Amino acid sequence: MNQFLSLLLNGISLGAIYALIALGFVIIFKASEVVSFTHGSLLLLGAYSIARLSDSIGFLPAVLVGLLVTALAALLVERLIINRLRGAPVISLAIVTIGVDIILLTELIRRIGPDILNVPHPWGGDSVRIGGVGISENRLIAMGVAGVLIVAFFVAFKYSSWGVAMRASAEDGEAAALMGIRQGRVSALAWIVAGVLAGVAALFLVGAPTPGVSAAAYTVALRAFPAAILGGLDSTGGALVGGLLIGITEAMAAGYQEQLSFLGRGFGEVAPYVVMIIVLLVRPSGLFGTKELTRV
Amino acid sequence: MSDTLSVPAGATRRTTPAEASVPGRSPLRFLKPLLLVAFLVVLLVLPIYVEEFWLRTGFAVAGAIVGAIGLNLLVGTTGQLSLAHAFFLAVGAVSYTFISGESGGLGTRAALRGLELPPIVGMVVGVLLAGLAGLLFSPIAARLRGIYLGVASLGLVFIGVHVLNTWTPVTGGFNGRSVPEFSLFGFTFGNSDPQLFVLGIPFREAERLWYLGIVLALLAYLFARNLLRSRPGRALQTLRDSEVAASVMGVNVQAYKARVFLVSSMYAGLSGVMYALSIGSIAPESFGLTVSILYLAMIVLGGLGSVAGAALGAAFVTALPLVFQQFADVLPLVSAPGEGGVSAGIAARYLFGLAIVLVVLFEPGGLAGFAQRFRSRGRRPGRGSPGASPRPSGGPSPGPDPGTTGPGSTGPGTTDPHPTDPPVRRSSAT
Repeated sequence: MNQFLSLLLNGISLGAIYALIALGFVIIFKASEVVSFTHGSLLLLGAYSIARLSDSIGFLPAVLVGLLVTALAALLVERLIINRLRGAPVISLAIVTIGVDIILLTELIRRIGPDILNVPHPWGGDSVRIGGVGISENRLIAMGVAGVLIVAFFVAFKYSSWGVAMRASAEDGEAAALMGIRQGRVSALAWIVAGVLAGVAALFLVGAPTPGVSAAAYTVALRAFPAAILGGLDSTGGALVGGLLIGITEAMAAGYQEQLSFLGRGFGEVAPYVVMIIVLLVRPSGLFGTKELTRV
Repeated sequence: MSDTLSVPAGATRRTTPAEASVPGRSPLRFLKPLLLVAFLVVLLVLPIYVEEFWLRTGFAVAGAIVGAIGLNLLVGTTGQLSLAHAFFLAVGAVSYTFISGESGGLGTRAALRGLELPPIVGMVVGVLLAGLAGLLFSPIAARLRGIYLGVASLGLVFIGVHVLNTWTPVTGGFNGRSVPEFSLFGFTFGNSDPQLFVLGIPFREAERLWYLGIVLALLAYLFARNLLRSRPGRALQTLRDSEVAASVMGVNVQAYKARVFLVSSMYAGLSGVMYALSIGSIAPESFGLTVSILYLAMIVLGGLGSVAGAALGAAFVTALPLVFQQFADVLPLVSAPGEGGVSAGIAARYLFGLAIVLVVLFEPGGLAGFAQRFRSRGRRPGRGSPGASPRPSGGPSPGPDPGTTGPGSTGPGTTDPHPTDPPVRRSSAT
């Protein structure tokens, strides 16, 4: 029972990080109809900047600069490429983000090389016990920060003028434009927010129990794709649920490895994709995604 | 969106018959097959003149061409974004290795199993099994639209790599296993058995595989080209432009999606077998997400929907890193492995990424679209041709092949041999 609770808690904390990434994913999709395959390398970019800068300028400034870098990179992608392709089919937009991803990822992996860069989190790699259930401090803080950010996001999404503008554009871009909502600005802001969320996720993703920033962080970030898809690509609430679901699945599959040995070692890394495919079989647009209606 | 964009291409096609009667064009008509024959002859005699490196690269390119043509049928022609291509490659490669490979081995390899059947059986069954895998995935694929399919297929790649890593007796596990030589009715595609000399030049593994590659790539090319020009091919293109229009016109959407998955993954299976033969061993990392993305790069660069474009893109993407590596000491900015600086593989990847972005931004038709533009401009000097008119950078769908965007774009019911009037009328009423 203790093991179960511990895995559940760890799964939820991992899921909170995934939810941050998935949320960025969903906002981008809602604002500019793009499925951003660049997200994995954006995250790696954030983690890399934080790790490289924290030696020279200290941890907190490094984090701020790291977030700025990811936000700026996301904004650049939007302004230089996506903005020019408005109205293009979803597939070409996805492909163009894959192109950006190749460039960015190649450069980052070349810079990181085989090393594992250490991020000097002030909270270190210790773990705490809460009623017999162990969890790393990093993950605990991640859970708190993610929770605050997610709540803040939902409040802003619901009440701020940016949120209203964004929801209006997602609902009907043309009508929103006619009401004086600047589509370009909405989309640019969405990319910035997504970039910041990815940066925050990166900060915690490379902390304990993960050893540090390596090329493998990219693969971890990719698991936010199933999270976003699972919840439904156009549902912010879905991203949250999807993230948690994927996090818990992964933690459980890794934790009960012995019992699942017939599935092979390291099944935890694949379990999210298995769950995603199963969910998609039953609900083709994810758990909370709006069904696509076709009008002739 | 794609409908409006592809109209110019359709218009070009309709003006072509009229042009055929223009006397000035007749020499061109003979020129094209002549060039093709000359190209083939050059390919056939090349092993006598060039080094082994080029022949090995050639076989790798041939394998990639087969795979890219298959992926292009799925993504370019039918509009189903798939990142699972590496998975189907793996199914083909592993099946071939398992069926034709030997059991046992030395040390840790002792656990390996193989059926030791003739390699041709391995190849055929590998292709069939890859097709079966595609068919099994197609019920999922058929339910998913566009981008959902893209990400779901991404999952397949990770699951595939996991299976490759863990199913050691068949796949060789983490370290992979070596691939048996190909042979056909006693003639091996290895270094000996039988010894073969042509004009005094020894024909060894590289030379033999070169010819195998040409034959297989040519067959794959012809099959795909004919498929696209046939009724099913037209149906697939209509499916891409509008699923609703396709179903209204009597195309069974689910069945066609399943079939195109079957064909595409069979192509991938053959490509996987060829890849295994060209490398000589299989390992999990050869079938990761990177491979899927490279295949996507091939067809985007070549031009979505165009068979020849896919072949061109495959040649470019496959050969570039190898050529970079070969000439690392001559090229600026590229250095040999271990010397610091930018290695060949990395330099090539920068180029692919950049090329993808530029192609989508400025020339959605890819290399094939570029060639098409060039040709239609040369054909009619003095007059701005519709194909050459600058169009907004839009989707991949504006078919570079004049035949690819015919019926779907010119409006439902106008060019279909079996007009289905009542459904069309009903659709316009709603």
